[in-house]
Amino acid sequence: MSVMGLFFVFIATVAVMWLVRQGVLESPWLEEGEVAHYRRAGRAAEPPTAGRVGLAVFLAVAGCLFSLLAAAFFMRGDAPDWQMPPIPGVLWVNTFLLAASSAALQVAVVAARRADAERVKTALLVGAVTAALFLIGQIWAWRELLELRFFASSNAANAFFYLLTGVHALHLIGGLVALARTTDKVRGAERVTKALTTRVELCAIYWHFLLFVWLLMFAMLIGWADGFGAICRRLLS
Amino acid sequence: MTDASVPQNVAPPPAEVADVELYHAHSWITKYVFSQDAKVIAIQYAGTAITVGILALVLSWVIRLQLAFPGAIPFIDANVYYQSVTMHGMIMVVYMLTAIFLGGFGNYLIPLMVGARDMVFPYVNMLSYWVYLIATLVLVSSYFFPGGPTGAGWTLYPPQSILTGTPGHEYGIILMLVSLILFIVGFTMGGLNYVVTVLQARTRGMTLMRMPLTVWGIFAAAVMALLAFPGLFVACVMLLLDRTLGTSFFMPSLVELGERKDYVGGSPILFQHLFWFFGHPEVYIVALPAFGVVSDLISVHARKNIFGYKMMVWAIIAIGVLSMVVWGHHMYISGMDPWFGFFFAVTTLAIAVPTALKVYNWVLTLWHADIHFTTPMLFALGFLVTFVNGGITGLYLGNVIVDVPLSATLFVVAHFHMVMGIAPVLVIFGAIYHWYPKITGRMMDERLGKIHFWITFLGAYAIFFPMHYLGVLGMPRRFYEMGETAFVPASAATLNIVITVIALAVGFAQSIFFYNLFKSLKYGAPAGGNPWRAASLEWQTPETPPGHGNWGEQLPVVYRWPYAYSVPGAPEDYLPQNAPPMRGEHSP
Repeated sequence: MSVMGLFFVFIATVAVMWLVRQGVLESPWLEEGEVAHYRRAGRAAEPPTAGRVGLAVFLAVAGCLFSLLAAAFFMRGDAPDWQMPPIPGVLWVNTFLLAASSAALQVAVVAARRADAERVKTALLVGAVTAALFLIGQIWAWRELLELRFFASSNAANAFFYLLTGVHALHLIGGLVALARTTDKVRGAERVTKALTTRVELCAIYWHFLLFVWLLMFAMLIGWADGFGAICRRLLS
Repeated sequence: MTDASVPQNVAPPPAEVADVELYHAHSWITKYVFSQDAKVIAIQYAGTAITVGILALVLSWVIRLQLAFPGAIPFIDANVYYQSVTMHGMIMVVYMLTAIFLGGFGNYLIPLMVGARDMVFPYVNMLSYWVYLIATLVLVSSYFFPGGPTGAGWTLYPPQSILTGTPGHEYGIILMLVSLILFIVGFTMGGLNYVVTVLQARTRGMTLMRMPLTVWGIFAAAVMALLAFPGLFVACVMLLLDRTLGTSFFMPSLVELGERKDYVGGSPILFQHLFWFFGHPEVYIVALPAFGVVSDLISVHARKNIFGYKMMVWAIIAIGVLSMVVWGHHMYISGMDPWFGFFFAVTTLAIAVPTALKVYNWVLTLWHADIHFTTPMLFALGFLVTFVNGGITGLYLGNVIVDVPLSATLFVVAHFHMVMGIAPVLVIFGAIYHWYPKITGRMMDERLGKIHFWITFLGAYAIFFPMHYLGVLGMPRRFYEMGETAFVPASAATLNIVITVIALAVGFAQSIFFYNLFKSLKYGAPAGGNPWRAASLEWQTPETPPGHGNWGEQLPVVYRWPYAYSVPGAPEDYLPQNAPPMRGEHSP
């Protein structure tokens, strides 16, 4: 649960900083008349869009979910029966594909800001295809493990492998739905509007988040985070 | 402030009706069934929560009847008893209290109180309700499957919850876990809306520190729920895999009915960590909205500004943050490193500080106030004493050394029913009496309301006060029959009968409330727009009940905080939040 604790400290810090910036230290009965309700660096500013804030909140929830899974992984990993399955080589390829997908979406964001519709379309397509290939690669990894008879029921480490990759894949599938809708809008649009740029940006943020989570999870699965797990366990027991 | 100092940029904001048109209802179905209007969704949520809550009330009678007259009622066997305990607990905590406060009051009040047209994602909001409804139906459907619902206790601790011998181990536990997973998915959709609406959709001038404490309470609870529910989600998914695929996340090696199971090495303690990481914040997810609502009820019906508003807001935030790091106090008897026991005991007891601040502030708000003993006020006062009562026994239980002997007794049952059963339910009643005129345009009958209050309030005390005593006597909780527990004196049986008879009577007396609720729809006195002469924004809508989009052509502009009561020099004893600054006004 130490992992979750770290994540919670991060969330709480962001929240408190935000609250202070939003004026929770002010005394409402001393304020006069109408006041701007969003401030940045002491002056009134345009608030971020609802979609962006909504995504930020959702990522906090998803971050919580993955932190708890990681916490459970480290806590359960202490048991004597724990035996990590061999890591299929295809996961390295998948990692590269997801990174490429994330990069493609970043290219799309830059292109959208420059109102380069053609490049946005291409970049979104590349992002979607590489993400889909990543998913196929994950299924491939599952198939490989199952053929070697590493079943979920035979060891908790195997079960965690399927659970972590499965939950991550589900999030990516959800992202692909949003990406498909965005691509559809871009294809139908004559020029890249501000609203479209925001949509592309949101997709890119989500993709970067999923890449970040995958890198951490991959490090856990291949054993690079064992030392960190040991520290976490020592803290709680 | 003089007229000359009124800011120049206070012209009303432009009409934003176009946004609302996008999801405006065009047929009866889209208006009342698949509605995207937060007000309709709120009523759907509340209706479903109350319906399933009545089921949970009936289940509590089953539990009480068995405790009072063991074995006397043929259909209550051990299985039925444990199934009733489990379903009663889970429904009340998750499907009733959480849903009604966040889904019901949150949906109705947040947009109106912050001056928004609606929730920011109306479609997702609608989905949230329907997923909640499906979750509830899946849960209740377990009564119709072989073996019935699970009887593992509301905490669903493995390994017991999925082993043969626990009622509902065939389908009940699976349906319970699936239902909880669905509930969490649905709640996340709703929670996103509550949080983002408060952050994004406030009208001009509605700063965070001008929001009513009701919105603060619901907002903080929604944030906590979004962060805490993933704990339950992970626990449920992993337990479901243990049950269906035979994984060993939580299931240790064990022999069942002489047969060695395939499970190896799982950790039941891990489940407890995940469960209580959700379970403890859940108490405050229910309590914080109640705190907020009570602040508003007290202020309005005592005609006085809330004492220490800023302190109240910070107390809500402090309680929210602290409650996320206290889950371990549910696991003292699971065995724990003494240093961790100390950490959890300290943080648990530290929550008493901001909580006590809130109680002091409520009391100081009442001090020298013009208290109107309306039904909502009575319920708010009832909450105050009940919550203090339950909170004080919480201080006992927060200490490791007192918790260990009392943990498995009725003392704990009495404590948590006082603090998170009766107290929030009193607030829910108070809130319904208070906001009913805005929702329906008519008043509820005050005389019936007061009768309902006194029966409920005194009845609840008659039920749960003696239960503390039973706990100190050592009467264990969760036991179907006392059997050979010789240390429990015979007098306990008499007390159990008394408690049960009162519980049946108080339960039936709730029909007074429902009679009032439905009768007043048609025969209640017309309420007008603002019958309580309240200052907060929801009472200032152009129509009552508010129309689609809440505010007609133009959104309101907010000039002051929501507790401007008995302001010197004001024409009335309150100033609505959207009333422009008065000539010569110094502290709007």
